Amino acid sequence: MSHSMAPPDTGPVPIVAHPGRSDRTPAIEVRHLTKIYGQRGGAKGWSRGKGAGATHKPAAKDVEFTVGEGEFFVIMGLSGSGKSTVLRMLNRLVEPTSGEILLDGKDIVEMADPELRAVRNRKINMVFQHFALFPHRTVRENAAYALHVRKEGAAARTERANWALETVGLGEWGDSLPGELSGGMRQRVGLARALASDADILLMDEPFSALDPLIRRDMQELLIKLQAELRRTVVFVTHDLNEAMRLGDRIMIMRQGEVVQLGTATEILESPADDYVREFISDVDRSRVLTAGVVMQPPIAVGRPGDRPSKVLERMNRPGAHAQGAYVLDADSRILGVVEGEAIAGAVHRPDARLEDLARPPLGTIRTETTLSEACTLVGGDCVPLAVLDHEDRLVGVLPRATLLQAIATPAASTLEGDRHHA
Amino acid sequence: MPEIDVGTPVSQLVDWLTTHLGPFFDAISVVMLALLDGVLYLLTAPHALLMTVIFAALPLLARRWGLALFALVAFLFVQAMGLWVETMETLAVVLVASIIAVLIGVPIGIWAARSRGVSNVVRPLLDFMQTLPVFVYLIPAVFFFGIGVVPGVMATVVFAIPPAVRLTELGIRSVDEEVVEAAHAFGAKPGQILREAQLPLALPSIMAGVNQTIMLALSMVVIAGLVGAAGLGVVVVRGISTLDVGAGFEGGLAVVLIAIYLDRLTGAFAESGGSLRGLMRRRPALLPEATASTPSAIAGPTS
Repeated sequence: MSHSMAPPDTGPVPIVAHPGRSDRTPAIEVRHLTKIYGQRGGAKGWSRGKGAGATHKPAAKDVEFTVGEGEFFVIMGLSGSGKSTVLRMLNRLVEPTSGEILLDGKDIVEMADPELRAVRNRKINMVFQHFALFPHRTVRENAAYALHVRKEGAAARTERANWALETVGLGEWGDSLPGELSGGMRQRVGLARALASDADILLMDEPFSALDPLIRRDMQELLIKLQAELRRTVVFVTHDLNEAMRLGDRIMIMRQGEVVQLGTATEILESPADDYVREFISDVDRSRVLTAGVVMQPPIAVGRPGDRPSKVLERMNRPGAHAQGAYVLDADSRILGVVEGEAIAGAVHRPDARLEDLARPPLGTIRTETTLSEACTLVGGDCVPLAVLDHEDRLVGVLPRATLLQAIATPAASTLEGDRHHA
Repeated sequence: MPEIDVGTPVSQLVDWLTTHLGPFFDAISVVMLALLDGVLYLLTAPHALLMTVIFAALPLLARRWGLALFALVAFLFVQAMGLWVETMETLAVVLVASIIAVLIGVPIGIWAARSRGVSNVVRPLLDFMQTLPVFVYLIPAVFFFGIGVVPGVMATVVFAIPPAVRLTELGIRSVDEEVVEAAHAFGAKPGQILREAQLPLALPSIMAGVNQTIMLALSMVVIAGLVGAAGLGVVVVRGISTLDVGAGFEGGLAVVLIAIYLDRLTGAFAESGGSLRGLMRRRPALLPEATASTPSAIAGPTS
């Protein structure tokens, strides 16, 4: 059985060809980025005699990645993996030991302080794990902080801050102090502060990990909604792979300062780079990440108008068809309807019977980007496996119940490999 | 063991300073005296009853009704004991010494908070200032500034600086690092970060430092009385030297009353973040309860 491979002739499957690259215009390009803590002034430092190079493990080692404009890029790893260090090097809150960080082609590592401050103020903003609001300033003053730093007038500040607070759903709270707000609301202020400055790039350092699970979910939804509207370039750090897969266009998994794997959620789920990643994804709710387009099977039990019923019956009974019926398709592979197996069998000996006359509409269809959890309620209700359609409503695959269950079940490493070979 | 003579060079240094920097010390003396006279004039020119009302009104800014009542009773009691002028003299010395100590101590504290090196140099110096027996530098101060109130104020300043430095440094260092990072991340300049984030957030701690400075200054006034600084110290010293236990007790009681008043007053301001805005609206404390200790705890090292 080949539940993991889409058949090559059934239409486009959304898989990026180069997992390390984004197909968008690059907003951030990171090359050979390394950070070794406790080593100052390069090789001339005092501690050289003590073998500094050997004792200090790099917090980030030769990290390379590119983030496309408008992309949601997630850096994921456990504590000590170097993910926060990499994030903080992007705006130089942490000074890189070596490497390049190009923002729109300009190396931020080489920038002098005034230019760096301007970039931080206008181009690259940040949301913090524990919100990091100014407790003595009102919510509105907090939201307007970037504009305050760039010395904009009171009217512009208020207008922009109100817009940002409105956007995150805190329109009425401008005059409150952060201390009067709940954790989730405070992080909304943190988000508003970063949005108000109109920076293209948003750095988020585990922004939701200090929130309780329900609020975290709300905030993730808010962020997905905002991202759909505003299309900022986001670099998001998290230790929660479910969160990473929910939010990220691409995910970079780090361990001990090194990049272990970089790819889309499905790529990581489908082909984990090593046992470390495999262990991680065993905790992931695969049904919310995997989409129908990735796990679907080729549609076997199909017929065209004018096909002989006996031929359709033969296809229906092939191994892997999972069907007690067949889809009737037009010339462009759009579904005309579903014919039940009994009806086809009955038609075999009636030469005048036409397939399309026996057809009825399918009980349901899904699209390639539908997640398996959404597909669950529809699967198995019909005599034919659930149809998977592309953007032009063409049948590109089917999702039998067995395939769905197999895809959701956490694969032991061996069965996954076994399946591959079998395919 | 070779014998090391530390005493001789120190005496020589003091001699040298007295002979060569005489005019400099005289100038300081003149300025200090003018300052003290000015403050004393402000405190004594209005009628004692008017001043009492003013003292009682100050706690009301921080909504401390109990303290206002206490101030009213305490200052009336001081007048009844006939120690009003002495008390105001003491208050003037404490105010001038505390202001100088804060003006020197807070900037050093800020500096120490921003640089490990400075902090490492300053800390042993502060230990030295706090633990060196007072008379050891009170006497040279008399050499420099002559008998009177000025050497008393100087010794008081030296003694009262450490808490201002220490609590300022502590306050700035314990400001949430993420908040400082946030200010950096939005492109603020270091000076702006200090003014807009670090100092306001460290204010409760700095105010606790100011409170301690005032308390230490007050605990020095009796000793300053020994070198001729006017005020309650003189009352106490006279009482002790003439074995008039009653008079000495009266002076001591007046010291205790202003100590309690000043401690509670500065404590109230420290808790409210030291800002008027903080006084206007109630809100959760920024730092774990500012350390407002009782005067008895402060008096410890000197007595």
